[in-house]
Amino acid sequence: MRTSDPRSPTSVWHHRYAKLVAACTVLLIAAGASVTSTDSGLSVPDWPTTYGWNMFAFPLSKMVGGIRYEHTHRLIASTVGFLTIILAVWTWRIESRRWVRWLGVACLGAVILQGVLGGITVLFFLPPAVSIGHAGLAQIFFCLTVTLALVTSPGWRAATESVDDPMLRRIATAATALIYTQILIGATMRHNAAGLVIPDFPWSFGHAIPPMWDPRIAVNFAHRVGALVVTLAIVATSSHVLYHHRGRRELVRPAVLLLAFVAIQVTLGAFVIWSRRDVVINTLHVVNGAAVLGTSLVLALRSWRGSVVPEFRGSGVPVPNRAGSATGSAASKPTPVEARP
Amino acid sequence: MSRSFKALAAVCAVAAMTACGSDSSKSAKPSSPAAAPDAKKVDAATASTITGKVVLDGTAPAPTPIRTDSDPACAEGNKDGLKSESFVVDNGGLENVFVYIKDGLGNKYIFDTPTDPVKLDQKGCHYTPHVVGIRVTQPLQIINSDNTMHNVHGRPEANREFNFGQMVAGMKNDVTFTVPEVLIPFKCDVHAWMYAYVGVVDNPYFAVTGNGGKFELKTIPPGTYTIEAVHEKLGHQSQQVTLGEKDSKEITFTFKAPSQ
Repeated sequence: MRTSDPRSPTSVWHHRYAKLVAACTVLLIAAGASVTSTDSGLSVPDWPTTYGWNMFAFPLSKMVGGIRYEHTHRLIASTVGFLTIILAVWTWRIESRRWVRWLGVACLGAVILQGVLGGITVLFFLPPAVSIGHAGLAQIFFCLTVTLALVTSPGWRAATESVDDPMLRRIATAATALIYTQILIGATMRHNAAGLVIPDFPWSFGHAIPPMWDPRIAVNFAHRVGALVVTLAIVATSSHVLYHHRGRRELVRPAVLLLAFVAIQVTLGAFVIWSRRDVVINTLHVVNGAAVLGTSLVLALRSWRGSVVPEFRGSGVPVPNRAGSATGSAASKPTPVEARP
Repeated sequence: MSRSFKALAAVCAVAAMTACGSDSSKSAKPSSPAAAPDAKKVDAATASTITGKVVLDGTAPAPTPIRTDSDPACAEGNKDGLKSESFVVDNGGLENVFVYIKDGLGNKYIFDTPTDPVKLDQKGCHYTPHVVGIRVTQPLQIINSDNTMHNVHGRPEANREFNFGQMVAGMKNDVTFTVPEVLIPFKCDVHAWMYAYVGVVDNPYFAVTGNGGKFELKTIPPGTYTIEAVHEKLGHQSQQVTLGEKDSKEITFTFKAPSQ
């Protein structure tokens, strides 16, 4: 039965479940990153079987060396796949908002495509284009699960104030797009074994700009420049929030978190080079990259809420706000950007 | 049940179907030059020999100890430790260098291709030998002598890439290569330290340097040849050698040690 009450037990548990799927997706990204960090993507040569076994029947005693990373990645991926099927069906059955129902379907479609890409890249010996696509779609899928978890939250559904700040929308969206682009560049570098082609940091062969060029050096340097651009975009976005929306916790929290995550990310990136691609650091760099993207997405979505996200534009269902009064299409009165004295 | 829910169910069905993939078979087309109509066998009575040595100029990097504890079977088989084999130097001579006639034979001679397989063994979680030579279309037999699983991942560029598993001790698989290629890296992705290199050539004149970096190429017909030496890390060098009848030449290749 579909419900529009975000505080009903069904809605609350559905939201918690969506958060669980998003958290498991982070775990899945970590497992995938550990596979590439240990260069063990082909340690299981077959797919969807594992050395001829049904993957769920593969003996634990045989999970040695690179198999441990690759097979664990497959098991977690299958688990997330099953969790996503449940999420999509559950969302379809209980969610009153049509676009959220289809968001659940998009999650399912993305995870299916992701599994197929994972299989193809193994069977064709990790062609960079497919592996980069696999890495890029992983982040898209993560973003979809984060979005679903966000829009099913009581806070999202009960909020009464939209954010009428076109500038924030623009810079938060641009920052999110830049972060995703930076992740794609990072994946291109990773899947072309170009992570250490520039061996020093912060310099490049002892210079500010590499004195020699080839495609791998170019993509490595692009990732470094991208890090600078993304950091500036995040600082601009977070500063804007802290300056103009200091009183709005739902914006301040992701803005502060974003600053913390990007600082950690740049530090991890430096240590990836200084440690000569230490497996743990390299893996954490990918996972934290997803955290940067997810947090930026949350901030961007909250900035758009009430503008194109149809919560305030009259889905026909009044949504109780925090104080308990009903809000609906008539409640979409925008709040002006707070002016600092 | 709504139409949209049916669509969702269809998507789930596709999810189940996509789990049923299958591996594709592999084959490669031969492209070695054919022998000329008047091609003949090499006359052993007038054949010559090239002997030589590959020298490393400088200090070789110290062999890196390899941690094998990610697989208990590998750790058990290497209690004395396992070290990288990229730079094995004996009395200044560099071992594991593949030396062969790269050019000069043309299509004037016919060479029988051996049908006996060349063996590449996985024993103690490393490949034995580390570098091996083989003829085009001659079988390369890959053996698992370890009480653990290996995957055999050949990464040629001119030939067809392959990757298969050997789950238990005693498994053997034959592979062949259809075009010359020097050197083809072999890798075990289960045990990331395991590498071997295979030189595939279309003539019988090849060797891998052994003790003291020495090599010998025998029964070569008179002529002028390009001899190439290839090392997995240091790249390749070549020399021209002219041989008369019943001739014997000695050559030396010198590779510069990498900076440390």
